[in-house]
Amino acid sequence: MFGVVLFYTTSAAIRAEKLLKGAGLAVKLIPTPRQFSSDCGIALRFDWTEAERARALLNEATVDTAGTHRMG
Amino acid sequence: MIYLDNAATSWPKPPEVLRAMADFLERAGGNPGRSGHRLSVEAGRIVYGAREALADLFNAPDPLRIIFTPNGTTALNLALRGLLRPGDRVVCSGIEHNSVMRPLRALERQGVRLTVVPCAPDGTLDLSELSCAVVPGTRLIVLNHAGNVMGSILPVAGAAPVAHAAGALLLVDAAQTAGSLPIDVQADGIDLLAFTGHKGLLGPPGTGGLVIGEGVDVGELEPLVRGGTGSYSEHQEQPADLPDRYESGTPNGVGIAGLAAAVRFVMERGIEAIRQHEMALASALIDGLSDIPRVTVYGPRDTTERTAVVSFTVAGRRVSEIGLRLEDEFGVLCRVGLHCAPAAHRTIGTFPEGTVRLVPGVFTMMDDVRAALRAVRKIVES
Repeated sequence: MFGVVLFYTTSAAIRAEKLLKGAGLAVKLIPTPRQFSSDCGIALRFDWTEAERARALLNEATVDTAGTHRMG
Repeated sequence: MIYLDNAATSWPKPPEVLRAMADFLERAGGNPGRSGHRLSVEAGRIVYGAREALADLFNAPDPLRIIFTPNGTTALNLALRGLLRPGDRVVCSGIEHNSVMRPLRALERQGVRLTVVPCAPDGTLDLSELSCAVVPGTRLIVLNHAGNVMGSILPVAGAAPVAHAAGALLLVDAAQTAGSLPIDVQADGIDLLAFTGHKGLLGPPGTGGLVIGEGVDVGELEPLVRGGTGSYSEHQEQPADLPDRYESGTPNGVGIAGLAAAVRFVMERGIEAIRQHEMALASALIDGLSDIPRVTVYGPRDTTERTAVVSFTVAGRRVSEIGLRLEDEFGVLCRVGLHCAPAAHRTIGTFPEGTVRLVPGVFTMMDDVRAALRAVRKIVES
């Protein structure tokens, strides 16, 4: 199962990707799933088992996110 | 050919810059921030990498507060026109470039109150004179970090406490200094730093930006351009988030890729090493020119107070004639005239004729300087 983090800007998404990849998490930037947002931007997909770690890392680095969702 | 016009634009560029630009077009040609596919995302990564490199270079705490613009002039316009409202007081120096003076004069017609603090004839600025002009309630101090005509360095770090004590912000025009002088926006207290990518930073033309300090309330800094950002597409209002608030429209990805490589080159070589190299050449130019009869060299004598921009005139000779002969007879490329800075030329007493300006760069060699000096001497003596 995957989780997906949404962002307000692409720059924040890329910053988050760099941060989580650097910490060894398996992440991928994907087009924002339409069920979560009507935005045309990108979102960061991660392995749901690493949700806590992802959230902690993003919080610590004060990356501005627009919410985290679970994807089937 | 000897290229001594590095204050207009640096040339040549490091090979890494050309490679990064070709790589962007070949491998990452998507539109950054617009789509979710790999070409768009890779372009976005490259643009973000450039923000990080610039944040490192200027010691800016947040890469997302580095706004890319097409050039330094647009960055200055964004800061000036975004911040100043009718009735606001703004103070600038007497050696500002037209990229500052023209927007300020237009704002003055709309009711902004402008005070210009004169500089000394060598282009330096006395901090106490600046302090006198900055009354409480002043909105902004604008300072040219270094003059593009005579190379004088203005005391920006000293101006920061003056600005902040009056409740003003400090905007620094780093067109002539980014890449050539150390700049630390936090230690120097710079609230807004406008830079260009194609001069001392050694990047391609079409790049520049504005570093927005943490002390600037972006709610009070209006965007210059509004439009698509790839974010908040459902809204017809401009987003408030940075950098999107100030970066509408497709960015110059290929230029920014080149700029990122250029900034990394500059940081690897080291600002101090670059400064030493450029100032050794500039000192040789100043000394050599001063030895030629009828030549006047402008700017501070103390090399710690100046950059490598060297301007001179020859009594009884037109600067345009000297420039033409330097190129035609000796292959020396320079810039003559007013250099878009009439205020600076009035300060040093060379308005309206202007000066001949010789500016060595990172890739200039001492032999180039010697050849240029021989050329000037021959022209003067003939």
